[in-house]
Order: sequence, then structure tokens, then C-alpha cells
Amino acid sequence: MEYIIIIISAVFVNNILLSQFLGVCPFLGVSKKVNTAIGMSAAVTFVMALSTLATYLLQYYVLVPLGIEFLQTVSFILVIAGLVQMVEIILKKISPALYQALGIFLPLITTNCCVLGVALLVVNNEFTFGGDPHMLNLGQSVVYAVASALGFGLAITLFAGIREQLDLNDVPKAFRGVPIALIVAGIMAMAFMGFSGIV
Amino acid sequence: MAKESSFKNMVITLSLICLICSALLGVVYSVTKAPIEAAELAKINNAIKAVVPECDNNPSEEMVEMEGSVVYPAKMNGEIVGYAIKVKASGFGGPIQMMVGFNSDGTIYNTSVISHAETPGLGAKISDEIATRTQIVGKHPASSNLTVTKDGGEIDAITASTITSRAFLKGVDAAYKVFVELQKEQQP
Amino acid sequence: MRKLKLIIDGIIKNNPTFVLILGMCPTLGTTTSAINGMGMGLATLFVLVLSNITISAIAKLIPEQVRIPSYIVVIAAFVTIVQLLLQAFLPALYETLGLFIPLIVVNCIVLGRAEAFANKNSVIDSACDGLGVGLGFTIALTILGLVRELLGSGSLFGWKFIEGDGILAFVLAPGAFIVLAYLIVLFRKVTAKKA
Repeated sequence: MEYIIIIISAVFVNNILLSQFLGVCPFLGVSKKVNTAIGMSAAVTFVMALSTLATYLLQYYVLVPLGIEFLQTVSFILVIAGLVQMVEIILKKISPALYQALGIFLPLITTNCCVLGVALLVVNNEFTFGGDPHMLNLGQSVVYAVASALGFGLAITLFAGIREQLDLNDVPKAFRGVPIALIVAGIMAMAFMGFSGIV
Repeated sequence: MAKESSFKNMVITLSLICLICSALLGVVYSVTKAPIEAAELAKINNAIKAVVPECDNNPSEEMVEMEGSVVYPAKMNGEIVGYAIKVKASGFGGPIQMMVGFNSDGTIYNTSVISHAETPGLGAKISDEIATRTQIVGKHPASSNLTVTKDGGEIDAITASTITSRAFLKGVDAAYKVFVELQKEQQP
Repeated sequence: MRKLKLIIDGIIKNNPTFVLILGMCPTLGTTTSAINGMGMGLATLFVLVLSNITISAIAKLIPEQVRIPSYIVVIAAFVTIVQLLLQAFLPALYETLGLFIPLIVVNCIVLGRAEAFANKNSVIDSACDGLGVGLGFTIALTILGLVRELLGSGSLFGWKFIEGDGILAFVLAPGAFIVLAYLIVLFRKVTAKKA
């Protein structure tokens, strides 16, 4: 039951993109076509699940026992960067087709702040999810990461769909490009606010 | 511009940079450790001060843990004049950490929100005004129905933040339960 | 003269927020009030100047292929320093900026300037570039925070002068996107006239 609440909460209510502003750069950058948007979300989901797993273990089995939590940011970003590289190499070897599809997005993911953001959130914050406040355990963390990535994917795919339509319209010159996209994002954020309070 | 890459110099440079950075951070960490702890303590102390009647002891030195909450007794000339009880409630965006202060008879003296993850902007309202806006100061949880009017209680929820108001009142209730336990313990 | 031009370029021609559209996450996430926007801008400015200086100083010693990881480690170290200092001396600001402080590491502006400017230019030029871009970012965030605070809570820098609650949507997520959109449009109009 709790897993369902985590998923609904992370995908809709606290959508990582539209209510927490994590991952806005790729959101604006690769959302011109629905296909690229889907590719990007798939790559993010994959990396986010792996990196959250790795950083969770790092936090509780290395940093905390050694009392060096102040190295958190440095070590997390290194782990994420390393992981992205590794995924790239492994993917190239094992599944060239998948690499073709996701390859170009992978280098961009290291600096996608939602990956580091979620990794930091799960080890530093308490979550409620309908019950009393508590820290997430390993399983919940990974589920939360995957759900957040799915929320990111949902938002970016919907957004790309709207932007494809937008290209066909006559937008005032000064609004072309980013401004009109931001306004669309604002309206989407408003729509997502309608989910607030359901869990 | 940059040097040629060979396996050896790549490994050496990267480890060297990591080493220097970690050492630097270690130094900064040890320098800022004391001020960080002091800042955290000051925050707790301010919250306590805001929610209990005037006292001449240092409540944070006499804290006791009870039922997962922390209790800070406030004393005047050795007599207990009130308690500050730190509780967590489940808010709308995450946990709300709050301090609830009781007079020695159990009426609410004041409350203070220490940290929360509620909607920013509403947040300021929550920390500064929730006690006055919900008019709970001076009420006794045993004799008043401290729930929002939507739930049949007598508290008007803050406009557009019913969930937060509800969570806040739940926190007050949890603190009161600790208070009752505390009274029981003292009069066996 | 060249140094001054570098700084002004960072503020206007290469303004990270209004022209380059970089570092959007903290731009949108922390600007619920003018003071928060300014705090975030200054924290980024600090990291940007220091990382630009350090990277331009050590760029020649770093092998090409481990360039990016090395830069990231340097940036992450400075970010952690800022984080610790804020936590110790400005705990209230630290709390409001929260997650966005460690996220300066992945702010594309910082790594972007390291890669595009600092590793090919002298230490002093890089410092000026960092200062300019950082100031541009700070100014943009302060303005954005100012507008959102004014519309959303009827106050400026915490000084309340309009009674009542304001239009809450501007403090919340939708307002962030929409106000930024209009500010970019306005910036384009103003700079287009000058050119």
C-alpha cells in the first residue's frame, strides 16, 4: 500500500519537475519532439534508479559509519558521473540498439539536477506518505526514485506534445522559443496542483 | 592547452584532486562544526523560549525523551511553570517539526514551527501566524475540540491550507498526549 | 577595460538567466521572495568565481580525458564549503534554500563557464567572467524574486506594505514559470532596442 502512495505522490502530487523544479534544463532543452522526450525519460529513469541505489548504500555504509557526511555532495556527484559513464559503456557492449536510442542523452544526465536532487532528498529528508514522518528504507528509496523519474517522464512527454502543436501556431515574436514554453509549463504546473491533497 | 591523457596521469590527477578537495573540506568542516551546532541549539532554544512562560532554567539542558518526542521543562525558582514539547506532524509536503508549549495546567501557551516542507510562501504564514490564526493559544486540549471546523471542531483552518492546519492540530494533539503522560508519571 | 567588459558581458550579453537560459532549477525553485533569490544568486556567485579561478589555474595540469570529472570535483568542493558556511552562519537562509545549495554542483552555469571560459583564459580574466556571470545571475534571481514576492505576498524584501494575502499562485510553482517567461520577453525587448 505504501508503495502505491509513494508512486502516486511522486508522479502526480509532488511532481519533481512541476512542483519541485528539478530537471528544468532538460525539460526545456529536449522537449521539442515527443520521441526525444520519451528517450530522455527512459534514460533518466534508468540512471536515477541505479544512482539512488548506489548513493543510498554509499551514505549508510560508508559516509555515516566513517562520520564524513560532509563529503556527501562530492562523493554523490562522482558516483553519479561514474555510473553514467559505466552505463554508457555497458549499454554499448550489450545492447547497441538501446544505446542508439538512449546514448545521446546519457552524457546530459550527469548535470541533470533531478538525479543528484533525488539522491540527496532520499537520504536527507523525512517523508510522510500518509503515515508518520520517517526516513525511507532502501526499497522505498528506489521506488521513490523510479516514480520521480516517471513523473519527470510524464511531464516532459506531455509538454513535448504541446510544444509540437505550438510550432504550428503564430506566436508573438518576443515570446518565441523559451518564454512561450515557460508559460505552457506554468499552466501545466497549475493543472498538476489539482492533484494536491489526494494522498 | 590541456595535457595528453595517459592512463597513469589520469589516475594520478584525479586522485590528487579528490585528495586535496577532501582535505580542504575536512578543514572547513572542523572549523564550522562548532558554529553549526551552536546555530542548531540556538534555533531550538529560540523555539522553546517562544512557547513557554518566563523561566530561569535552561530547558534544553533538562530535556527528557518521551514517547519519541522531546520534552523541555521550563522552571521558575525550581517550580515547573510549563513544558515545551517537540513533535513531528505529517504535513502536506512532508514532516512539520514543531514545538508546542503548555502551561503547567495543560493550557496551550504558544506554539512555534521549527521546520516544514509546506508550500513556500504559505510557509512563512505557518511559522509566524498559525498559532494566532488558529486561535489555539490559551485553550485546553481536554476541554476544547481542537480540530478544524470541517472535521466538526472549533478551529477555523487557514484559508487554502486546511491540510496544513489539520496536520498542525494533530501535532498539538500529539504533544498534549505526551503532556498527559508526563503528568501521570509525576503523580504516581 | 577588457576586464570591465567581461563583467558587463556576463550581466547583459551573456546573462545566464535571460539570454543563455541556464541554471533554471534554482532560478525557479528559490525565488519565492527577493531575499531568497538574492541569497541563492550570491551563493552561486561565490562558487562561480572560486571555481573559475581554480580551474583556470589548474587547467593546464589536467589531462584532457578526465577534465570534466576533475572540474566537477573542484566545483563540488566549493559548493560544500558554501553549504557548511551557510549552515554555520546563516542557518535561516540555509534552511529556505535547502536542497538547491548542494545542487549548485549541477548548475549548468558553473560547469559551463569552466568549460567555455575558465580553462582557456587567465586567472584574472576568469575571475572577472565568474563575477560578471554570477552578478547577472544574482540580479536576475533578485528581480524574479522581487516580482513574485510583490504579486504573491504583497511585500518587498520581507517588508509588507499591502494588506492581505496576495495572489498565492505567484509564490507557487505556476507563478515561477510565468513570471520568468514575461521577464525574458521584457529583457529581449529592452536589449533589442539598445542594439
